[in-house]
Amino acid sequence: MTRTPSAYIVGAYELPERFYPDKSLAQLQAEAALGALADAGLTIDDVDGFFCGPDAPGTGPLSIADYLNLNLRHFDTTNTSGSSYTVHVAHAAEAIAAGKCDVALITLAGRPRAEGRAKGALARTDNPQQPDFQWEQPYGLAVLNVYAMVAARHMHEYGTTAEQLAWIKVAASHHAQHNPHALLRDLVTVEDVVNSPLVCDPLHRLDCCVVTDGGGALIVTRPEIAKSLKRPLVGLIGSAETTQGQNGGYMDIITTGAARTGPRALAEAGVSIADIKYASLYDSFTITVLVQIEDLGFCAKGQGGAFVSDGGLISGVGKLAVNTDGGGLCNNHPSNRGGMTKVIEAVRQLRGEAHPAVQVPNCDLALVNAIGGQLAVRHAPATLILERFA
Amino acid sequence: MIIGARTPGDLEPTPETQDFWDAAAQGRFLVRHCNTCDKAHWYPRGLCPLCHSSDTNWREGSGKGTIYSFSVMRKAEPPFVMAYVTLAEGPTMMTNIVECDSDALAIGQPVELVFQPSKSGTPVPCFRPATT
Repeated sequence: MTRTPSAYIVGAYELPERFYPDKSLAQLQAEAALGALADAGLTIDDVDGFFCGPDAPGTGPLSIADYLNLNLRHFDTTNTSGSSYTVHVAHAAEAIAAGKCDVALITLAGRPRAEGRAKGALARTDNPQQPDFQWEQPYGLAVLNVYAMVAARHMHEYGTTAEQLAWIKVAASHHAQHNPHALLRDLVTVEDVVNSPLVCDPLHRLDCCVVTDGGGALIVTRPEIAKSLKRPLVGLIGSAETTQGQNGGYMDIITTGAARTGPRALAEAGVSIADIKYASLYDSFTITVLVQIEDLGFCAKGQGGAFVSDGGLISGVGKLAVNTDGGGLCNNHPSNRGGMTKVIEAVRQLRGEAHPAVQVPNCDLALVNAIGGQLAVRHAPATLILERFA
Repeated sequence: MIIGARTPGDLEPTPETQDFWDAAAQGRFLVRHCNTCDKAHWYPRGLCPLCHSSDTNWREGSGKGTIYSFSVMRKAEPPFVMAYVTLAEGPTMMTNIVECDSDALAIGQPVELVFQPSKSGTPVPCFRPATT
């Protein structure tokens, strides 16, 4: 018996392009918002709640709310990096249940390629007042080199191989070949991945996600409004979020906070992991997917390599269809923040609107898991359980 | 790949950490220890992150540890080794492995402290394969 949703996702829209040299960031935020509202059958005058991340230029929600001329009763600018927009879905549902707003708009847009910032290997620049700054930044901390340490440790503890990780990219490419908007549409093989250049041992170039311009938006609303619209009903029945750091130096970098958010979200939803028909899993790198599969309970810890091998994540072929839009690994990772597109593809699957070649039959229950920040350093996982209602 | 010395990025000590960097300037490596739970922690804090006692103090670190995990940043110029090293005192710290052949490194390998000066000369604790 699943929980009755307090809120539904009624609008989902992904900007079609992957390079936007001729539009402003504010225009992209607005186009994403209007696209999701049109998808829902609502107008911008219906929006009374606004959720955005720091990709929205200006102080918190102020500049984009003004640009769109919104009339708000509620806003939330929680920033957990890539998982922000997944967190926003849960926070929107909570705000709606509390009566703080009726129609929540969540946006993401960015143009790192157009702005020449498409260099994921560069050291991050953070605030020197961050207590961790002086203990990490001097060492050249970058997203790539800490995820590579997760892969190295997983290989050490469980014998996971580069070929097993490669299967995750292979599955993404199998899905992306059907997505006309995907940045990378060519099928790749395990050999292609392991023969691509090592960018940070043990990760190869093809173990990494794409860097893209673009974005998307979601509309979350209360049950009475959702049922008055013409779109299929996709309800939020479970959610959980947490943060995980280094535990004072006594950490396990290959176990993510999803080991806690997954079971909590499933329990709230009243379903088990075996009931999940489709999963959107954050795929900044191949290793990111592997550890989530284990930590969410799709398989035992250490068995992720076997789970993903031989097409394990390919829709219609494997044990679990994952990231059927091609994911961040092949399709889209706008503004280096993947939590928005993860929700959008789950909504497509639950509506039966994914590409026919990758659509999961009778897909009525989906899990979304996003990882914001950096595994092995500090991160914020967020899990959603979404159900299709008649 | 042969990895030589590395010039770490610059940092700004805070009132909470000034003693650590003053000691480093004298070639000493300090580890923060909690007198309540009797454990060392990393990174150093006034408040123990394990038991939240404020009864913490500096102790001389051994400078000995083992590699917990590492990655080889080939894309950087020059390439460098990012690592987590588990100190003999208990906690694991982010660092760089220097003066090594990156192809010969292994998780579990013993390493020893070697300070590397930052761009502006602050000695930053790094590690190299143990020589003893």
